[in-house]
Amino acid sequence: MSRHHISVTVNENKHEADVDSRMLLVHFIRETLGLTGAHIGCDTSDCGACTVILDGKAVKSCTVLAVQADGKALLTVEGLAKDGRLHPVQEGFLEKHSIQCGFCTPGMLMASYWLLQRKPNPTEEEIREVISGNLCRCTGYVKIVEAVQYTAQKMSGMDIQS
Amino acid sequence: MIPASFDYVAPRNLDEGIRFLEEHGDDAKVLAGGHSLIPLMRLRLATPKYLLDINRIPGLEYIRESDHHLHIGALTRYADVEDSLLIQSRYSALSDVAGHIADPLVRNMGTVGGNICHSDPANDLPATMLALKATMVAVGPGGERVISAEEFFVDTFETALKPTEILREVHIPRTRVGTGSAYMKLESRAGDLAVVGVAVRLTLDAQGTCESVGLGLTAVGPKVIQPKAAEAALIGKKLSDDEIRQSASLAAQEAQPTSDLRGTAEYKREMVRTLAARALRRAVERARGET
Repeated sequence: MSRHHISVTVNENKHEADVDSRMLLVHFIRETLGLTGAHIGCDTSDCGACTVILDGKAVKSCTVLAVQADGKALLTVEGLAKDGRLHPVQEGFLEKHSIQCGFCTPGMLMASYWLLQRKPNPTEEEIREVISGNLCRCTGYVKIVEAVQYTAQKMSGMDIQS
Repeated sequence: MIPASFDYVAPRNLDEGIRFLEEHGDDAKVLAGGHSLIPLMRLRLATPKYLLDINRIPGLEYIRESDHHLHIGALTRYADVEDSLLIQSRYSALSDVAGHIADPLVRNMGTVGGNICHSDPANDLPATMLALKATMVAVGPGGERVISAEEFFVDTFETALKPTEILREVHIPRTRVGTGSAYMKLESRAGDLAVVGVAVRLTLDAQGTCESVGLGLTAVGPKVIQPKAAEAALIGKKLSDDEIRQSASLAAQEAQPTSDLRGTAEYKREMVRTLAARALRRAVERARGET
């Protein structure tokens, strides 16, 4: 087994580490960096609980090797809040009570964040499509969709209807 | 679950990669998007000694048209196919497929070349490549080699690629006036593999007669199936609904489905008939410029 020295920018901080070739990115994030927001759910790239942003794209970190992230920038759910203030998408999830057991929430937040970066005013269909790879076993999808809609309105400065 | 031990190498160009494969090709797997390979390695169904990561090789991600072909670099992500205006406007079957492979997050990583080289008959791109009469450009120690889609897909998880070769590019004949294509997929839940899928591309002449057609069937055989009798039944025809239904019935007969969790063999055969008719109708509409 080969070992590799990797350098990854995580939530704007540079980290260096030696990793085994077979270490998965989600294990690097959780165990090496101690950032336990990204969850391990299905382990087979179905459930999306491990979703992070890698070089600007939402990916499932259970199906990427840690060594593949060498030289790249990573954003995890821990990096969404800035200076003690929640990111609007986090506020949206709070406001709309979009969290039940919470297990899928970090992945849902990251997928929603990625969507809003690309499409600030997504349609309901676009929201449902983007979270189609994120499973909520509590089946709380309606409130999650509402949270993303709320966030989109808030970020665009429009009035928010209750 | 964690993959079994392996050595990881990331060449900076194709030559370096080929040289590595010349030495270790039998013990190595090429890593593209990894969304089929890494799960297989985690389940220990694949235990390669070496993983050759081609993601650090520049110049393998592109979509462009030349005089005769659409060229897709092997490392092009599904998301880029989905977002490509060229593909949306002129290669409808590919556009249909790209938006229905797994889910948007998987599509950010998964690649056209990886999907094809995995040769899983349940994946959507192999059947689409058959219907589009694509050719694969492989690079090996002796230079480049062009392989037709029909020759390329040998069996389940087996392609015509040699252990020393890397897929570089896919060529798809250019869309002409009168060409229409479509991909129809039946999935039991969002993002799942197909229960059944049907790809079609056809070209009508100025009189509306079918002058060429390609069909491909997903998930109904040990490899993707090209239903040749169903194709032959369409050539020289005006493609009335009766003729379309007849061809779809032939496609259903040529399918080789087996019963599994996604459905019985009879059900899948019936779904081939239904989807083939729908895909043909949609391709005809598109060829006539109706949609």
